[in-house]
Amino acid sequence: MNVVIHLKKYKLVLGGIGMAGSTLEIKNLHVQIEGKKILKGVDLTIKGGEFHAVMGPNGTGKSTLASAIMGHPKYEITEGSVHLDGEDVLEMEVDERARAGLFLGMQYPSEISGVTTSDFLRSSINARREEGDEIPLMKFIKEMDSTLDYLEIDKNMAQRYLNEGFSGGEKKRNEILQLLLLKPEIAILDEIDSGLDIDALKVVSKGINKLRDENFGCLIITHYQRLLNYITPDHVHVMMQGRIVKSGGPELAQRLEAEGYEWIKDELGIEDETVGQNA
Amino acid sequence: MTVETKLPYDKDYITQFSSDRNEPEWMQVLRLQALEQVDVLEMPKPDKTKIGKWNFSRFKHAAKGDEITSLTELPAEIQDFLDPDNLPENLFIQRNQSVAYATMSEKLKQRGVIFTDIFTALTEHEDLVKRYYMKDAVSIDEHRLTALHVALMNGGIFVYIPKNVQVEEPLQAIFWQEDPEVALFNHVLVVAEENSSLTYVENYISHNDEEETISNVITEVIAQNGAKISFGGVDNFAAGTTNYMNRRGIAYRDATIDWALGQMNDGHTVFENATHLVGDNSSAESKAVVVGRGKQIENFTTKSVHFGKDTHGHILQHGVMKEKATSIFNAIGKIEHGATRSNAEQESRVLMLSEKARGDANPILLIDEDDVTAGHAASVGRVDPMQLYYLMSRGITQTEAERLVIHGFLAPVVSKLPIASVREQLTKIIERKVY
Repeated sequence: MNVVIHLKKYKLVLGGIGMAGSTLEIKNLHVQIEGKKILKGVDLTIKGGEFHAVMGPNGTGKSTLASAIMGHPKYEITEGSVHLDGEDVLEMEVDERARAGLFLGMQYPSEISGVTTSDFLRSSINARREEGDEIPLMKFIKEMDSTLDYLEIDKNMAQRYLNEGFSGGEKKRNEILQLLLLKPEIAILDEIDSGLDIDALKVVSKGINKLRDENFGCLIITHYQRLLNYITPDHVHVMMQGRIVKSGGPELAQRLEAEGYEWIKDELGIEDETVGQNA
Repeated sequence: MTVETKLPYDKDYITQFSSDRNEPEWMQVLRLQALEQVDVLEMPKPDKTKIGKWNFSRFKHAAKGDEITSLTELPAEIQDFLDPDNLPENLFIQRNQSVAYATMSEKLKQRGVIFTDIFTALTEHEDLVKRYYMKDAVSIDEHRLTALHVALMNGGIFVYIPKNVQVEEPLQAIFWQEDPEVALFNHVLVVAEENSSLTYVENYISHNDEEETISNVITEVIAQNGAKISFGGVDNFAAGTTNYMNRRGIAYRDATIDWALGQMNDGHTVFENATHLVGDNSSAESKAVVVGRGKQIENFTTKSVHFGKDTHGHILQHGVMKEKATSIFNAIGKIEHGATRSNAEQESRVLMLSEKARGDANPILLIDEDDVTAGHAASVGRVDPMQLYYLMSRGITQTEAERLVIHGFLAPVVSKLPIASVREQLTKIIERKVY
């Protein structure tokens, strides 16, 4: 009767015999915005249980990758594919992508006046459930309150209008709050660390790490290594000129922290790493 | 004006109508004077809306409504305005032009609060009504519709709060136009004496989607020195009714009038909500939400007029237009010479849900004094695609995302309605009108 729930049970069983959760497979992805080419062939596969970090200087296409996967209305896919467990993500509407198990923690979340954070969260949770199987109000409040506590967020936030008048840090914590309540299969976190002080960074990292298990895959986009002091990635990728130009393990992030990006540019003969150049 | 408004109601009819209700002589005289002016005065000219072809003359004038013994006899959509577990102690229901139900707490009666239909008030509280009726707020001769209102007034309520009396429980009035062809010339007169306070909420409802008629409602709200009035309203006349709704407040020294008005009519509507800030340090919050649909044409004017020093007027109008609905939103902040240190703020926003809907927001500031502050914001637009993207990225469907954004857009006014059941009912009406 309830397909979604059955699917999850099925996955848990699979997990038990050693198979991981979902797989997001990005192949040769080309993306443009208003006629300008940004991504020029990205290949990346993220499996349940894996944490990937995509790093790179500003303007190299990192956020475009995140937005294109989620279906941002301004980005146009000109070539390539994105599949989630074999399903064609690019054929799905934005809400279908979310219900299929994708989540994007946004760099600039929208402010929505008149809609309380709590109402929004409940609608989001219920969107994943069958009609008639909505989350009971008390259960929802309990889950929300304990997650607010866990992320050290003032409970008043639930009754404030969604992101309206939130500080940068509050918006980021709110993204992680949603992540924890919605429990996606694959999460993409776009510059989730930008504008955070060290305490907020620790809380946000704690939230992300909480989900770490073999059923959860994560793509962390950042241009600072410091987030990766708290969340150790399994794979690190460097993006330049709209492509992944180098991949490695956590040691790659440490080397970038110590030496910057110049050595990669030298190694690969890149003069300008941004997407505006060298198509 | 070229519009045909020859009334089927003459001097003899009005004299008889007035006599049947045992009205005091001055009232009958006032009606007949007004009738004479009906033919002389011009129709109102709402900015940017042509009302020349609207029906203001085809209607029946009189109809009785039976009393009800239990609120369960009311149609479901009216019962929705009431919380069955928490029925208002102070409730007035007018059915057509008769009182169907009226109750007020003993406590308020003992403190001298009056909450009664306008005809009873004319006999039992004649001096008070005479003191305020069409005097300080609205004048008979403003235009043809004000005169027509006075000539044919056929319903309404008188609310009076004596000096220093604080009414904590809301007073709720429901005006139910059961007869689909009968016009409602409703007069609401609210007077709060010095340092008194009250919350009053009214609902208008009719069902005439096919039959043509009119509503011509004048509401006069008087806040004497230091009085505080919270006024909520949900207007829900059906498509067949052409509406003239005029709500006007007068605030004397240190007085406050706060309006929260849900404009859910389905017919053509001219709406005016003005507050005259006469006394020093008086203030008004004027909030209105509108949902327009079908081929409805509406004109909304919300206004604060500052005469006193240190007066504050804040206007907020939010409208949602769908299908082929057309609306003009005029927000007027007028600061008269001498009203020093006054502040007139306004915000009008219109959200369009279809290509063929039309909306226009006109911010108007008229300032004759130097030492003042004023501000305005106006916008006409569509649902922000980035907001939809954000909501949908959490799995919420596009329809539901739009619903959330629209509710959020209307929330600043809906949330201000002082009675929870009325708030919920307005939310339901919005839901029904928008989807």
